[in-house]
Amino acid sequence: MKKKLGLIVNPIAGMGGSVGLKGTDGKKTLSQAKQLGAIPRAHIRTTEAFKELSSIKNSIELYTYPHEMGEEQAKVCSYTPKILGSISKGKTTSLDTKNAAKDMLNHKVDLILFVGGDGTARDIYEVVGDKIPVLGVPAGVKIHSSSFAINPRAAGSLATKFLQGLIELREAEVMDIDEEAFRQNVLSAKLYGYLKVPHEEQMVQNVKIGSIPSQRETIESIAWEIISNMKEDYYIIGPGTTTKSILRKLNLEYSLLGVDIVYQKKLIASDINENQILKIIDGKKSKIVVTVIGGQGYLFGRGNQQISFKVIKKVGKDNIIIVASEDKIISLKGNPLLVDTNDEEINKMLKGYFRVTTGYRRSMMYRIA
Amino acid sequence: MTKKIEHTHPYIPNSVLEVRQEMLRDIGFENIQEILNTIPKKLRLNRSLNLPDPLPSEFDLKKHVSEILSKNKSCTEYLNFLGAGCWQHHVPAVVDEIAHRSEFVTAYAGNTYSDLGKWQTFFEFQSMMGELLEMDAVSLPTFDWGTAASFAIRMASRMNIKKEVLIPKIISPGRLSIIKNFCNTGSLSGNIDIKLIDYDPETGLIDLQDLENKLSSNTSSVYIENPSYLGTIESQGDEIARLTHNNGAELIVGIDPISLGLLTPPINYGGDIVCGEIQPLGIHMNYGGGVGGFIATRDEPRYIAEYPTHLVSITDTIDGGFGFGYCTHDRTLYAVREEGKDFTGTTVGLWTIAAAVYMALLGPNGIKEIGHTIIKRSHYAEKILSEINGIETLFSPYFFKEFVVNFDSSGKTVNDVNKFLLDHKIFGGKEIVKDFPELGQSSLYCVTEIHNQEDITRLAETLNQAIK
Amino acid sequence: MRKYHAPVWNEPIIMEMGHKGERGIAIPFIEEDIQKSTKDAKFYIPNKMIRKSPPNIPEISQPHILRHYLRLSQQTLGMALNIDLGMGTCTMKHSPLINEELVKSPYFAEIHPLQDENTTQGILEIIYKFNRYICEISGMDEFTFQPGGGALGIFTNACLIRKYHEMNNDLPERNEIITTLFSHPADAACPATAGFKIITLYPNSETGLPDIEALKAAVSKHTAGLMITNPEDTGIFNPMIDEFVKIIHEAGGLCAYDQANSNALFGITRAKEAGFDMCHFNIHKAFSSPHGCMGPACGAVGVRKELTEFLPVPIVTFDGSKYHLDNDRPNSIGKMREFMGNIETILRAYSWIMSMGPDGLRTVAETSIININYLIKKLTKIRGVTLAYPKQNIRLDQARFSLKELKDETSVGTDDVARRIVDFGVQEYFTSHHPWIVQEPFLPEPCETYSKEDIDYWAEIIRYTCEEARTNPETVKTAPHNQTIKKINTKALNDPNQWALTWRAYIKKKGKSKQEHLSP
Repeated sequence: MKKKLGLIVNPIAGMGGSVGLKGTDGKKTLSQAKQLGAIPRAHIRTTEAFKELSSIKNSIELYTYPHEMGEEQAKVCSYTPKILGSISKGKTTSLDTKNAAKDMLNHKVDLILFVGGDGTARDIYEVVGDKIPVLGVPAGVKIHSSSFAINPRAAGSLATKFLQGLIELREAEVMDIDEEAFRQNVLSAKLYGYLKVPHEEQMVQNVKIGSIPSQRETIESIAWEIISNMKEDYYIIGPGTTTKSILRKLNLEYSLLGVDIVYQKKLIASDINENQILKIIDGKKSKIVVTVIGGQGYLFGRGNQQISFKVIKKVGKDNIIIVASEDKIISLKGNPLLVDTNDEEINKMLKGYFRVTTGYRRSMMYRIA
Repeated sequence: MTKKIEHTHPYIPNSVLEVRQEMLRDIGFENIQEILNTIPKKLRLNRSLNLPDPLPSEFDLKKHVSEILSKNKSCTEYLNFLGAGCWQHHVPAVVDEIAHRSEFVTAYAGNTYSDLGKWQTFFEFQSMMGELLEMDAVSLPTFDWGTAASFAIRMASRMNIKKEVLIPKIISPGRLSIIKNFCNTGSLSGNIDIKLIDYDPETGLIDLQDLENKLSSNTSSVYIENPSYLGTIESQGDEIARLTHNNGAELIVGIDPISLGLLTPPINYGGDIVCGEIQPLGIHMNYGGGVGGFIATRDEPRYIAEYPTHLVSITDTIDGGFGFGYCTHDRTLYAVREEGKDFTGTTVGLWTIAAAVYMALLGPNGIKEIGHTIIKRSHYAEKILSEINGIETLFSPYFFKEFVVNFDSSGKTVNDVNKFLLDHKIFGGKEIVKDFPELGQSSLYCVTEIHNQEDITRLAETLNQAIK
Repeated sequence: MRKYHAPVWNEPIIMEMGHKGERGIAIPFIEEDIQKSTKDAKFYIPNKMIRKSPPNIPEISQPHILRHYLRLSQQTLGMALNIDLGMGTCTMKHSPLINEELVKSPYFAEIHPLQDENTTQGILEIIYKFNRYICEISGMDEFTFQPGGGALGIFTNACLIRKYHEMNNDLPERNEIITTLFSHPADAACPATAGFKIITLYPNSETGLPDIEALKAAVSKHTAGLMITNPEDTGIFNPMIDEFVKIIHEAGGLCAYDQANSNALFGITRAKEAGFDMCHFNIHKAFSSPHGCMGPACGAVGVRKELTEFLPVPIVTFDGSKYHLDNDRPNSIGKMREFMGNIETILRAYSWIMSMGPDGLRTVAETSIININYLIKKLTKIRGVTLAYPKQNIRLDQARFSLKELKDETSVGTDDVARRIVDFGVQEYFTSHHPWIVQEPFLPEPCETYSKEDIDYWAEIIRYTCEEARTNPETVKTAPHNQTIKKINTKALNDPNQWALTWRAYIKKKGKSKQEHLSP
């Protein structure tokens, strides 16, 4: 049986970057970009990715959207795709991306390959959630989400292996920064949720394929390690699937994208802000459990701004528990973990080697810059 | 005075001085010392190694080593009745030829493409063992029976997340010591408690009452051996399995595969994990360096996921042929370091090959015949020894290959007897006085297909004199 | 380039061979007297324990078995047949044939391990003397040769550390072992099996070495010990190793030196000078005992004087005229392996050391240093190949390279290249242990066995293959082409419905075998 592959191209992705704008979200910016002479690069990126799919071309049924949202590129690569929906040529918006995702969800495609940036990932996430696997071909200016392959060719290769059933899925963060704020040089990244993305272990030798322990088991074993060492402290649990697996294992309700507090293995507060945290831990012994967020290795200051420098200061350096799968640490390629707490003193305090819990009874010493 | 070795050594092509100089120049150094200086001085040895002068001539070397070795007395010139975990069997010439092929002797970790023959032989080992055991999953061997048993116990513990194993007292103390090193982590994490089960001093059988008393919902596994260390055949396998399974535990059975032409494989009485020793399958004793342990189970993912050892699987090639690869390699330390299931590594590849050739040579008839010869000859020996005044044999009639000889009524110690035998060029049985004090002055005799009637008669006659 | 094709015999699986009634060997018959004076075999076996049906192994005549396994041996590219310098960490060196003759001698092969020590004086002498020599090579005070492989040696070290802290009443407080990411994975896996928590130091991305700051941040009152390879599996020697040891000692831990990569260290630097408490060597690697398709092997473990009481028993001692087996060590950890270990490896290693002598050993070390650095020079000229951590300009014995540039350019990766080079008559290379923090890695180790011409040829194969990745990537991706078989389906290896560890499982899962019956 043929595999169904969905293709969604955000034709305007990446146009802002070449002309010094930060992203193309919002109509005004787009026309500004066009005026500045930006050229679409999504087109080229799509073709690059499709080159890698050539070996399984005959076992793919391609679904896409009309014109520049996929049809044109597919034809350049000699596919005869099934065209879904309709658009007004040359005037696509994020609504078209969402419509495309919805149609593909209805057609139960095996994988959506999308070409775009963080904004595109967000649009697709809103519609698809974790219902079907998705993989990003990076073409946008902002690539904070880890739902993207490192380059178009790698995306093609990952898609090929996934459709052949050779590799598995992992959860990947959907992050985006507020573009309006970013253009004012204020960085405010937010974690929106998780997509299911094909994933190839970079580190296993010849006979790789498949993986035991799976990502889920690794995360469970991290949770188990934290729980088995739990003390009579207030545990401030930052956002992310890795950290929240602790609450899941304790059978507690949790806010995936927010900050929760656990005390004596009970949930004390959920999805709270900086001030609420400060109030709860005031005069108490407390610990922070955080994980690495996004592809660049941020520990504080991206997607978990609630855990502010004031909170960190109160909790103390020695009470910060960092958790992350080894895979995630390796994917940093030796680059240090980053913190951006808006407080130089705290940033400085956090410099140096920290123990990162990578599983049950195992940890790795890794550097914070 | 130190004789200077010539600049070139036959094993080292680049010991030719000119070539070394040229290569050094190519990499931008005047001399080797410049490179060595990158190692801090305080870490460097500032003198020559204090080792004997070399014997680079092969003739001199052979003479030197052979002369030392000839101080040994071998089991070809002496008549040997020692077993106890390493047994003297005949090693067919074909096995020796194959196990000494340079291709096999010097190969290592190559993949199925360049080392297809090695992989296929490994798969054939697993396949023939699978037939002997009537089990679908067999792994590549590990270091020896003791480590195989240890790994089996740890597999069971990971499967049912329980931390207690029951082991019969009738076990090799050496093997038990290995199991302790693997299971008893002291107060560290992952300790598996070992509880010993009594055996019936009359029959050597496991004391079912004691087993039942010690079994509980905490029991992860019960480990038994068949035949046992003292040669006895355990007949209550099905009952032991029933009790074990009723408590949600796994039954692990350790066996000597050369018995499987006669004895039913453990799966037929409820064994879940089977392990044992491959040395009897065509491997020279090599002063104990011939041992190797195997592990086998049913082909169920819950078992497969817990193997620490390599598992060779057959698979297809893109052009419809067959090739091989490691099944679920991600279990092992090679893929996931300390997340791996215990550990594996270089174990006994060459012995795996020898055992494969041996099983092929024996075939279904040979394995049955060798079982017959062993059981007949060992019982013949037991019979004529038991007829000697002052000697008693224990645990008759149900034993295979090994049996316990007791000298209590002769007033002699095993040591006395063995000394006498040694003077008559006989290696008497393994003394078990310290390990099994309840059995008095006893020793464990091993009789295999290599002992003919004449050998056995000679033993009986010499023993007769020894206890006079 | 050498024109090469591997032998292709198309041998069936042995389970399909033979003919009913054939046999490979005859078993000694049972004498009439014995037949008569004993009962039927069934009498000696409890009824329930009698095997009901014969095992389904094939019935094959001797010439066909010999032919089959000779053919399979021909389809195995042993080190002796090729320029086997790609297998880093394995030290694929020449195993002198004279040593094979010695282990075949009945004075070794036919010795039972429990013989009276008066009848094993020869082998005890060799074990004892080799123990002294390897003590001199490492600076340790006593060795055990029981561990039957490197991993078991490392596990033994973990058990020794456990015992030491247990004797000091420091367990379970001291429950953490520190290792590094480029140490052999067994340095993490074995102490974990022994019950320890594992802390891994991630390497500095400039030097490739662990940072001393990372170690300082890792030690605590929980530190039980350090288990570390040096040079690490990158070939880079850690010049601060003694400082690492000092920090661990100050924290109250013990230090175990994994000397699996010691081939370039003979006579140059030792565990003792670096301050280690214990170490292990792979006798089947640096000490020339052959690899034997993965063993029998030996992970020799040596300790300094204060720890000898914990070593596995027995230890061979010498009273000036006779050699003895010393079992009387009440604080011993007991046994790691049945009997004395794989003493065949020690016999060969003894003979090898006697052939080399102190100067010869030094030549081994120096030559392997020259060889690897020469190979680096050759390989780094190849487009697509980079040396990991290039700021370190010296490697000892082995070096980790990356084909990431090649992969980015051509999408041909290191697995593909490993599969392709076997088409030129050399063994594949070792990519490297997990995790691949050096992307698309490979790890050659041209120890003293290989000549300049060998290295030139090997480098040429890599150059040719990288070029081919550009001009004809499919050829590389679908390799091998000149080997016994074509590329395999690796997916089946992880699929419970497809994997088959025995022929009986294969038949069940696949139905009847696809192989045609081939003529003999």
